Amino acid sequence: MIIDINFVGLIIASIMASAVPLILASCGELITERSGVLNLGVEGMMIIGAISGFALMTVTGSLIVAVFGAMLAGVLISTIFAFLTQTLITNHVATGLALTIFGIGISAMIGKNFVGIPGKEFPVLFESLKDTIPLISPILFGHSIVFYFAFALPFMTNYFLKKTKIGLIVRAVGDSPESASNQGINVRLVRYACILYGGAMSGLAGSYLSMIYTPQWIENMTGGRGWIALALVVFSTWNPIKILIGAMIFGGLTIIQFHMQAIGVRIPVQFLTALPYIVTIIVLVVISRDSRKIRLSTPSSLGKSFHKDN
Amino acid sequence: MHKFLIRSFVSSLVLLFTLTVAAVAKDVKAAFVYIGPTGDHGWTYQHDVGRKAVEAAGFKTTYVEGVPESADAERVLRQLANSGHDVIFTTSFGYMNPTNKVAKEFPNVKFEHATGYKREHPNVSTYAARFYEGRTILGTIAGTMTKSNVIGYVASFPIPEVIRGINSFTLAAQKVNPNIKTKIVWAFTWYDPGKEAEAAKALIDQGADVIAQHTDSTAIVQMAEKAGVYAFGQASDMDKFAPKAVLTSVENNWGPYYVDRVKAVANGTWNQKDTWHGIGDGMVVISDLDSQMPADLRSKVKKLQADLASGKVHSFTGPIYDQKGNLMVAEGKTADDGMLAGMMTYVKGVEGDIPK
Repeated sequence: MIIDINFVGLIIASIMASAVPLILASCGELITERSGVLNLGVEGMMIIGAISGFALMTVTGSLIVAVFGAMLAGVLISTIFAFLTQTLITNHVATGLALTIFGIGISAMIGKNFVGIPGKEFPVLFESLKDTIPLISPILFGHSIVFYFAFALPFMTNYFLKKTKIGLIVRAVGDSPESASNQGINVRLVRYACILYGGAMSGLAGSYLSMIYTPQWIENMTGGRGWIALALVVFSTWNPIKILIGAMIFGGLTIIQFHMQAIGVRIPVQFLTALPYIVTIIVLVVISRDSRKIRLSTPSSLGKSFHKDN
Repeated sequence: MHKFLIRSFVSSLVLLFTLTVAAVAKDVKAAFVYIGPTGDHGWTYQHDVGRKAVEAAGFKTTYVEGVPESADAERVLRQLANSGHDVIFTTSFGYMNPTNKVAKEFPNVKFEHATGYKREHPNVSTYAARFYEGRTILGTIAGTMTKSNVIGYVASFPIPEVIRGINSFTLAAQKVNPNIKTKIVWAFTWYDPGKEAEAAKALIDQGADVIAQHTDSTAIVQMAEKAGVYAFGQASDMDKFAPKAVLTSVENNWGPYYVDRVKAVANGTWNQKDTWHGIGDGMVVISDLDSQMPADLRSKVKKLQADLASGKVHSFTGPIYDQKGNLMVAEGKTADDGMLAGMMTYVKGVEGDIPK
């Protein structure tokens, strides 16, 4: 088969488009985890975002209302998680799992009336430039605003964590809530904010799926992408830039696999489906062999409840 | 006071129960067991459309969705049979053994199992649809409309139902255009819009200009619309999701059969049957043909549809060879239902191997 340069551009563009929801949800969860909170409810928050976005788009007809509504829905559902884990000091893991189950259930209930309705077309930017430069153009142009935002987000997140005072506070709260509290930082408030931010990003990721990527609503449409986003945070060793790379790899696996199939090369599908998790476990094994690396990357108080703060 | 409350509560419960039983005893009640959520807009959704037709015909119906094909299915079936349902439709292949097992325990309840072949007790019937007839029509259209001579096909799981569809589609496409190539991508899902869209995109990027699907969501036709290629709707009319891309759809139409069978129960004329209906009986419906198709193609398709319905044309008419060139169906013969039901080999002209 002749490898056409435009063809490569098209594949890369598809991989990037499939990486968008993973980047959004992972960057959100990364902030949550950097503040010391482990929220396993990403899948639930994403699916709530997906149905809220689609429902609002159908009812109001406004894409802007729908996108922000999906983010708000993510915020609202993560408020439940924040209240339970921060105010009532419940276990993070159990509460997060419950949030996922709750999200899937309630989205199916709301979604009953939205099955079988076509979505609206989401505007894309720079479409006229799409055929100008081979290889580069299909990658850079003709995408939705959410796409561009997603690819800027890891860099903004990196800047926020490393260069701003609030970013420093978030990291301090995640590494040592006791010290942060003694410094006069309201640990609970910071964690609340980080959880809600994570909810907003998961909601946005879900709305990307139901409004832009495949404009429709069907039950369970996130199809486990929330779990991949969670694995991605660990894979990246809590580094936003590595999320970008990981999302391209994780999102690209399916697309490469489909292309291989169409060419006539067979790879066991089950293996590829498991690959993101296998890679994540390998990364975990590698970093856990070196205590310095763990110290440098994992938020020290991740998943631990903090009682003292009042 | 407490005692009084409890007593009145219990007595009202008893009253309610008697009322319910009385109501049940009067009319025929049908129950439906679904493998997926009714919100899948695919397989289960279409069965639920059929259930609504039964409701519209004046019968009471219940449904249980998302029932796994395991011991859970038996439990659900037993519960439905126990709670006054006269006929129970089990709408997935994997309910075959649970259906027969529970049917033995409830000889007065009628059981209708979709896509299976076991009828171990007189109160079990089976039914299925000849969707491959619809795919003969899609293949004819695809073979005529393609310009690149590459047709993409997004498949779900390697089971006879899907292989039969691929074969029927390819045979028809080759008949009108011997140069076509059918590229198959297995998505290993019945519905995951993201994955289905990615599979379709991969096929389009590799030059396919007509996409067929044997998965349930509308993501593929939407992707085709975006890329400016043709596609076909699956299970329901998907035209409104992609008005330019969708040339026609093959619809699963269970309603008439369901109404028929529930009426038979009500009239006392229900008997054990094995039903395999196609276009002729209206279980497989071809949606409106898009005006982008040339007029002569449209009339050709209409004729083919009529011939498939009357039985003049069979989707699997010999000579048919498998990929290695072995004769599967001799010249002038047609494949029998036994061969169709267990079809697990590609016909000549399909590329690649069936994944394990």
